[in-house]
Amino acid sequence: MAEREKMLEVDHIRVEFGKKRHPFVAVDDVSFAIYKGETFGLVGESGSGKTTIGRAIIRANPLAAGEIRLDGQRISGRLTPAEDRQVTRDVQMIFQDPMDSLNERAKVGYIVAEGLYAPGRHYTEEQRREMVNKALSDVGLLPEFASRFPHEFSGGQRQRIGIARALILDPKFIVADEPISALDVSIRAQVLNLLARLQKERGLTYLFIAHDLSVVRFICDRIAVIHKGRIVELAESEQLFAHPLHPYTKALLSAIPQPDPIAERNKKLLVYDPACHHYEVDKPQWTEVEPGHFILANAPELDVYRRELQR
Amino acid sequence: MDQQQVLLSVQDLNFKFTLRGQVLHALRGISLDVYKGESLAIVGESGSGKSVFVKCLMGLNDANGCVESGKILYDGKDLAQFKSDAEWRALRGHRIAMVLQDPMTSLNPLKTIGWQIREAVELHQNLHGDAAKKAVYEILAEVGISDPQRRYNQYPHEFSGGMRQRVVIAIAMACKPEILICDEPTTALDVTIQAQILGLIKEMQKKYDLTTIYITHDLGVVANVADRIAVMYAGDIVEVGRCEEVFYDPRHPYTWALLSSLPQLGVKGEPLYSIEGTPPNLFHEVRGDAFAPRNPHALKMDFVKRPPMFTVTATHAARTWLLDPRAPKIDPPEHIRALREKGRQLGLTKGEECANG
Repeated sequence: MAEREKMLEVDHIRVEFGKKRHPFVAVDDVSFAIYKGETFGLVGESGSGKTTIGRAIIRANPLAAGEIRLDGQRISGRLTPAEDRQVTRDVQMIFQDPMDSLNERAKVGYIVAEGLYAPGRHYTEEQRREMVNKALSDVGLLPEFASRFPHEFSGGQRQRIGIARALILDPKFIVADEPISALDVSIRAQVLNLLARLQKERGLTYLFIAHDLSVVRFICDRIAVIHKGRIVELAESEQLFAHPLHPYTKALLSAIPQPDPIAERNKKLLVYDPACHHYEVDKPQWTEVEPGHFILANAPELDVYRRELQR
Repeated sequence: MDQQQVLLSVQDLNFKFTLRGQVLHALRGISLDVYKGESLAIVGESGSGKSVFVKCLMGLNDANGCVESGKILYDGKDLAQFKSDAEWRALRGHRIAMVLQDPMTSLNPLKTIGWQIREAVELHQNLHGDAAKKAVYEILAEVGISDPQRRYNQYPHEFSGGMRQRVVIAIAMACKPEILICDEPTTALDVTIQAQILGLIKEMQKKYDLTTIYITHDLGVVANVADRIAVMYAGDIVEVGRCEEVFYDPRHPYTWALLSSLPQLGVKGEPLYSIEGTPPNLFHEVRGDAFAPRNPHALKMDFVKRPPMFTVTATHAARTWLLDPRAPKIDPPEHIRALREKGRQLGLTKGEECANG
């Protein structure tokens, strides 16, 4: 564990929206680290702040507190123009809905190449075309598609265009914000395989944001569960699925629809009630209950969780 | 199963849309019986025609589409012959009601939810004044919305997604229908909420002896709710059977492909099984089996002639030449064999060695 190299560190970040006097705290005191070459899953329901964290990493949402580091270099807050360009290059995002995230009035060639037009980068028309062709064929599209418009493509193809756009700058780290939840079942597998192949070929690191736990389990190495802007549990995928500790994680896991009629019929739904915590006196702490398994809990709860693990 | 009463029967339905002079063959000869009190799930990817199919049952398709041939028999009438809105209105809501996908768009943002439910109550139950209001309170409480008196005067934006979907269900239930059609009722919702909403629909079904038709592409939801499953591909039902039969003993290569591509059944670190290519363009005539071009197991026959429905058991049928006695024996993919094994162990399916041998 320890010898693995940390790629991205999120250090006690806080994101606020709204008026200065009464801000809405979307993300509160969130810390995690993503190792080089791994796929890190961030799971939670809508409104839990998972997308906000992703956007904070690509610097679309400013931080109210804390710091984000990429390869030990701070990438949040004020940066010099040179640093800024480097970070834009290294960190890219894949968006949720390929129907909305592509400019419908631009041709695919331009959409994919747009990152190359930024000031400070000088490419000739010829170089750009070559790079676009390469990016398109990397994601399994034909170079001819560059002269077409997004509406001519199906959902799965559009998502590939979105991935090509992220890849053209040769990033190290990709934030994938629900990249497959808007896609059809039969297309999902194609896109998941593509993401896995790219990771293997280019040694990419992913932050995979999703609400569908079954997908997350399949592709992620480690998973963090987020609830109301705070991470409540973080563990290796299999560990999390085998021994969920936090009641919210348990509720989430119990709700996953299984494509198995027998399992579905015998399923017991757990409902998470935040009132089950008694945090008035004893504030919860971010604690490591076993190696690599972190949980947000106070002292009495920790005892219960530890006993549960021993069983 | 045989004693079950057929409530609605669709026979060889063909539905076409005309778009800028081109003809799109959206439903290609669908036949399906819906039994009283069952819950039927229609599964398929987008563009497979599942929404068009249920909209046919309510006469809600766009004006550029028409039923070309076939029958929809319900309550002694042939719905395919309906022409005027007046005929449909006697049926819509009253006998067949629908819950739409996105509760954000299916409610009127300018009216209170009380008003919207009350509209349905007044039209369909003929209640007015205080009686109507009381009925609305009762329905709200029934679908699990607490404090109905206060909620009555609130607008849709004051509700969360799951609550809004409860309101939509309340409106559908206010009509006291016989058939409830749920068009992707939970795709826009979170997993935890999704489970609650499915529970609510099931509860309503039991209480009012409803027949429900679900449309979804989420096989997890299907496994949860369905008694019977119909798998649609390119405007056609390719496989139909009881839930266990389709999940543990699927026969059509498309069903195999769908089940194999689920990440839940995948092995970590290995590529998922994925269906290559895209569904056929229904503007062109489809020859043979529509799935053949994407099917690694396709036979020569599949490209020539459209397969008929082969019966596997009394309740299970699939439209594939693989079930023809003359077809070569083809082993289904590994995942499917594992599922079959599981089904056999549980004693759910007879699981005789591939009937296509």
